[in-house]
This record gives sequence, structure tokens and C-alpha cells, in this order.
Amino acid sequence: MAARTGSMTGLLCVRWWSSAPLAVGRLSLAACRRWAGSSADTVYDVVVSGGGLVGAAMACALGHDIHFRDKKILLLEAGPKKVLEKLSDTYSNRVSSISPGSATLLSSFGAWDHICNMRCKAFRRMQVWDSCSEALIMFDRDNLDDMGYIVENDVIMCALTKQLEAVADRVRVLYRSKAVDYAWPAPFSMTDSSPWVQITLGDGSTLQTKLLIGADGHNSGVRRAAGIQNVSWTYDQSAVVATLHLSEATENNVAWQRFLPSGPIALLPLSDTLSSLVWSTSHDHAAELVSMGEEEFVDAINSAFWSDANHTDFVDSASTMLRYVVTLLKPTRVSARQLPPSIAKVDAKSRALFPLGLGHAAEYVRPRVALIGDAAHRVHPLAGQGVNMGFGDISSLVHHLSTAAFNGKDLGSMSHLAGYETDRQRHNTALLAATDLLKRLYSTNATPLVLLRTWGLQATNAVSPLKEQIMAFASK
Amino acid sequence: MGNSGHQLTRNLQIKPREFNEHKTICFRSYNMTFSCLTRMKAYRSPWQNLYSTSQTTVDSNEVKTFLALAHKWWDEQGIFAPLHSMNDLRVPFIRDNLLKTSASHQQGKPLSGMKILDVGCGGGLLTEPLGRLGASVTGIDPVAENIKIAQHHKSFDPVLDERIEYKVCSLEEIVNDTAEVFDAVVASEVVEHVIDLELFIQCCYQVLKPGGSLFITTINKTQLSYALGIVFSEQIMGLVPKGTHTWEKFVSPEKLESILEPNGLLVHTVAGMIYNPFSGYWHWSDNTSLNYAAHAVKSSAQERPEPAAAALQGDAETLHANASSSRVNMKS
Repeated sequence: MAARTGSMTGLLCVRWWSSAPLAVGRLSLAACRRWAGSSADTVYDVVVSGGGLVGAAMACALGHDIHFRDKKILLLEAGPKKVLEKLSDTYSNRVSSISPGSATLLSSFGAWDHICNMRCKAFRRMQVWDSCSEALIMFDRDNLDDMGYIVENDVIMCALTKQLEAVADRVRVLYRSKAVDYAWPAPFSMTDSSPWVQITLGDGSTLQTKLLIGADGHNSGVRRAAGIQNVSWTYDQSAVVATLHLSEATENNVAWQRFLPSGPIALLPLSDTLSSLVWSTSHDHAAELVSMGEEEFVDAINSAFWSDANHTDFVDSASTMLRYVVTLLKPTRVSARQLPPSIAKVDAKSRALFPLGLGHAAEYVRPRVALIGDAAHRVHPLAGQGVNMGFGDISSLVHHLSTAAFNGKDLGSMSHLAGYETDRQRHNTALLAATDLLKRLYSTNATPLVLLRTWGLQATNAVSPLKEQIMAFASK
Repeated sequence: MGNSGHQLTRNLQIKPREFNEHKTICFRSYNMTFSCLTRMKAYRSPWQNLYSTSQTTVDSNEVKTFLALAHKWWDEQGIFAPLHSMNDLRVPFIRDNLLKTSASHQQGKPLSGMKILDVGCGGGLLTEPLGRLGASVTGIDPVAENIKIAQHHKSFDPVLDERIEYKVCSLEEIVNDTAEVFDAVVASEVVEHVIDLELFIQCCYQVLKPGGSLFITTINKTQLSYALGIVFSEQIMGLVPKGTHTWEKFVSPEKLESILEPNGLLVHTVAGMIYNPFSGYWHWSDNTSLNYAAHAVKSSAQERPEPAAAALQGDAETLHANASSSRVNMKS
């Protein structure tokens, strides 16, 4: 053990000298930190790699868990600390739809209160309809409960940072720290090698942990280093986001989504006068949209929502026919198609685009490693489920780890990690497959498929229990 | 009983020569012991016993069996997998029963401030979870190799390193130094391996604080436990290494209770445990005919055990002094 420490100190010395020219500004600070740790690497109980929405929420949830009061948790974030002294008047263009299940998780460690105090918008109804036919599906809760909340990502991050600071004695956050290398423990053996995961940071320092949680996004370094297979493909689509001003102030508690042949366009309420746009379309069209003039852009959005250019008579008559049948069988309320509010202008500099793809890790866990969030699964935003799946992962993993900690178990043991994997793979695989299927189904205007999906959508809209099941699944 | 009856007569003929002073004590302990034919080997070299403590609960053949398996303790999918999996039952069992006795506890460290003795700790499979829950645990085992492995395994975790202490010894060897020290004594999967159960229980009583808890998990002595525990588990499925268990040494809950109660340990709970070899998980059960767990509490008042039992101290001098009290209590 002494020999190891000695050689490690030697190694750190060498690394320090070699990285000196690169890290001049932070040299003294880094040196102090390293010498303090060189006598023995700190053994953390949990290290969360990646401080995004999901990573920070994971560290927060563990930090606030009562069975983790005795444990040492570390959060590694490659970016700088984002401090939000005052909420800016302009809304950010990156927003997330938070399901009630996710809201419950966030309130379990006190972040939801911060979010409500800043800003968030609840929506009560969701209308999803086709551009090639009259078919539509309207989701709403009979009891007028909130279906979900639209919150800016920055607001969520700020709330999480506040709650992390509240448990700073248990959760240590290292900003501007990126893990560059991981060393996995050897499988059970009697050698002198450490049984913990060794992480090497960008500045050369090393630390050890009993459980490494990878929350580092869809290009996860943890997943790659662990050699976990990832099924992935890119969609030939990019999502364009923007903040839009409505023509007139309205109650604005409906989320709108229309499936165009090029991809779905969605309008998410932010306030009585503002909505957020998420328009998934081909790469070329997306680039065009982002670069065109503001008036042209607003026209494009309005026509995308309002125009019936893609309707064909054949499909229209077929859908009308089914509508009569449905009315006969179920003469109760028939939801007529409503039109979303018209857009007046777009916030300057709020247009941005990002590419879309699908990804799913073959395994979510390995001994001493677990993947959560986009590191485990990446989904199309059409169902608004991306971050909610990540929050669902957190709920499940925290539940398993909390029970394990209360039973005195070794946190990196596969017995409870496998439980988390089974729980979440079941849920996520279904959702991923459904989202991908929907995306492919709605990417065409070939008549047979249009007819199929028109009737399918109308039928689903008519069957309330089915709609309720879908809503329940999506709000977990 | 008939077979061991013969044993007893033979042993009685050999023993009194070597143990003149301890005649009464040996006579009594042999009645308690369920020896097999192989036990004869141990008594062929009585000189050994003279130099160490004159009474022992450690069976040297058991020591040999566990020595061969020592390096496999921490392989969670290996031969000791059922024991790893049993932690899911026994740790909550110990934790919850101890939490009932203590008024306040720190969150995150439910057992902090408690001193626990893990007798027959093996590789430390149960010792480490108890340490993680905040207790100061002393783990003892007569097999030096086991302690070496346990020591090695905990050395990597700085928190456990501080909270856990391991010693190579048997229970009776530490009885004098640690009288009334421990809040809890854990003897998990141990009593079916000891020679002298009565002595063992008495030593447990002595090291416990008044009001302290004794936790035992063991295997019942029934036809079912022979069929499943020995034939199926050892010989057919290989779930347990061959020779680990001897059916004659299994202890029924009634027998255990009959030893605990007169020795000042009041039984609070007896619960059955069932192992599912296909899923690898244990479950609680109302049926105690296979494995079971027992929780007994040392009386807080000064109820003395019977005088004859007091003579069975592990100390040679005390034995000398008490040898004259020849009250032999023939219990079977």
C-alpha cells in the first residue's frame, strides 16, 4: 500500500510538471488540491460524472436522501458554475416539458419550490394532429389537473444548483473537471489492486469511488470506457428552437403539436404571451429556418400550423367516414379540431438548432457503474419524454441505492444495480420504440400510411381508457 | 441418540485419565455434544487441548473445511453466493431489532454507537454491512486465513477500516476480557458448527451488556433439512461445498430455546428463512423447518444461571476451583 502511494505521488509530480504550461492560471490552486489528496486517494461512495439536468438532479437526490447522510458524493461537471443572480426577462430557448412524475421527484429534494418561485407554466391540454388529414388526438385530464409543466432548462439548473449548495457537506461539486480516464476494478481476486473505480481528471488528479454514475449525455465517456454497446442512429433531422410572441394574450395552457411530413412542429406555452417552438425538420430546412428573416420565419410557422395543403380528398373522406362511425358508437363529446394561437414575432437571437438521433445502451449497469439519462437512452423530442425518462431513471436508482445503503450493502454491488436496470429498461425500451415508430409513421405522406395513421389516431382518440393509459405512462 | 450414546460411553472411558480435575465438566459437556464417529480423531490428541483452553467450542475439522474455501469468500457469484444473498434478510433483521432497543439514532448511521460482536465472521460478509450502518464491530473467527481475507477486504475502505476490528480467536478466549461489553452478539450460521452449544451460549451471555441482543441464524434439524440442506444442497446441486454441514449438529429452534432461556437469554423472535436456489434470493417464512433466525435478549435484571453452568468458564483456574462442586445436571 505504501509503495503504491509512493509511486502515485511520483506519477502526480510528473503529471504536474508536464501540465504546468497549460494550466498557468489555476496552477497554484490545483497544486494545493493535489498535494492534499496525494497521501491517499479519497474514496467516494458515489461519483456522478456529468453535471447536466440529470446528473445534477441525481447528485441532489442522493444528497437529500436520509440514508446517505453518512456518505460522500461527488459531482463532476466539465463546464463552469452557472450562477443566476437575477432571472433574465427574456426566456431561454431551451425548455423541457416536465411530467408530473418528474415534478414529484424534483419536489422530493426541494427543487420544485425554487422552480415555481422562478417561473414555470403548467399546461392542461395537449392537441396532436396530422397535417395530411383531419385526424387529431386531444389529451386532457377530466379533473383539469396539470398534464405537465414547461420549464426553461436554465431555471431547472439554477434550482438544482441551489439545492446542491444546501447539502454541500455531503455532496461535493467540482466544476471545470472532466474525467479523462477510468480504471475498472479487476473481477474478484485476491490481488492487492483496489476494488474501487479509479477516475483520472483532466488536471491529473485521481480519485476512487465505490459507484460511478454516468450522466454525461448521449456521447457518454463512461459508457464508452466501460465498453457498453450502444444501439444508435441519427435521424436525418435537426430540431429548431425559438421563443415566440403570440399575436394576442391568451390563457395559453395548451400544448400543440402537428405532424408535418418533414417532421413534427410543437408549440409549448411559456406564459400568456410567449410560447416556445420545437420544430423537427430536415437538416437543410432547419438551416434555412434559422437563417431566414424574422418575418419569413413567423410566416413559415403560422402556415405550418394552419395550412391544409397536404390534405387529400381521399383521406379526408375516409376520416369523415370513421368520424361518423365513432359518433354513432360513442355519441358523447366529439373534440373538434382547434387551431393554435397565431404567432406575431420571434425573439431576436433565440433561434437555434441541434441534431436529433436515437440511442439506447444495451446495458445500463456494470459492476460499480450505472448509466442514467441520455447516456443510457436518447430519444426524439416529439413526445417530450427525453428528460422525463432521465428523471425516471433517477427515481428508480435512488430508490434502489437508498434501500441498499439502509441495508449496509456495498453500493457498487450488481444485486441492486441489476434491479434498477430491469425496472428502467422495461419502461424506456417501450417508450423509445413507440417514439421511433411514431416518428417513422408520420414522416411520410404516402396514402396507405396516411390512411392507417389517420384511422389509428381517430380510433385512439375515441377510446378514452387507451388515452388515459398513454397519459399515465408518459407522466411517470 | 443411540449411536452417540455409545460414543459417550467410549469417550468417558478415555477422558477421565487425562482430565482428572475436569471430570465433572467433561461429563456434562459430552452429554451436550452431538459427536459423530469422526470426532474420535480430535480426542486422540488430548495434549493439544491441555495447552489451549481446556474447553472449546471450536471443531478442528470444521476449521479444516473452511480453510480450504477461505479465498472464495468475497466472490459474490461464487460458492458463498447464498451467504451474500442472506444479508438481505439478516442485516435488516439485526438492524430493525437493534433500532427498537435504542431510543435515538443518527440518520445515515442507524447503528452508530453500538458495539457488535460477530462470532464466526468468516470473511466478514456480515461484519462489513453492520460496519457500514455505523456500528463498531469486532469480528472473530478461529480460522486465521478467514481473518486475513476479511482484514484485507476491509482495508480498502477507510470508513470500515476504522469501524471494524478482526481477531483470530474463538469466543471463549475473549470472554474474560470482554465481559458485558457488547450491545449485540451475532452468531450467524455458526451454532451448527460448534462442538459445545451450551458453553457457546454462556459465553455469548457473558460478553453481552444487560439488555443486549443475541442474533442467531442457523439450520433446523429435521428430515426436510437433511433432504434439502445436505442431500440436495451439498451432494446434488453443489450449492454448498460438500462437508460444510453435519446434520447431527443442526439445532432445532426448540432446542435452541431450551438452552437460551435457562442461560438468561429471553427469546423474542424466531422466524423461518427459505432460500430459492433458482432466483438466488432468500425469503422470510412462517416455516422454520429449514433455516431460521432467532433474536434473544439478555435479561437486564440479575437473573443468575444455574451454578453448574457457572463452572463451565473457559479459565483453567476457575475450573480448578469449581471442580469440587460436583452437581452434574443431566439435561438432554
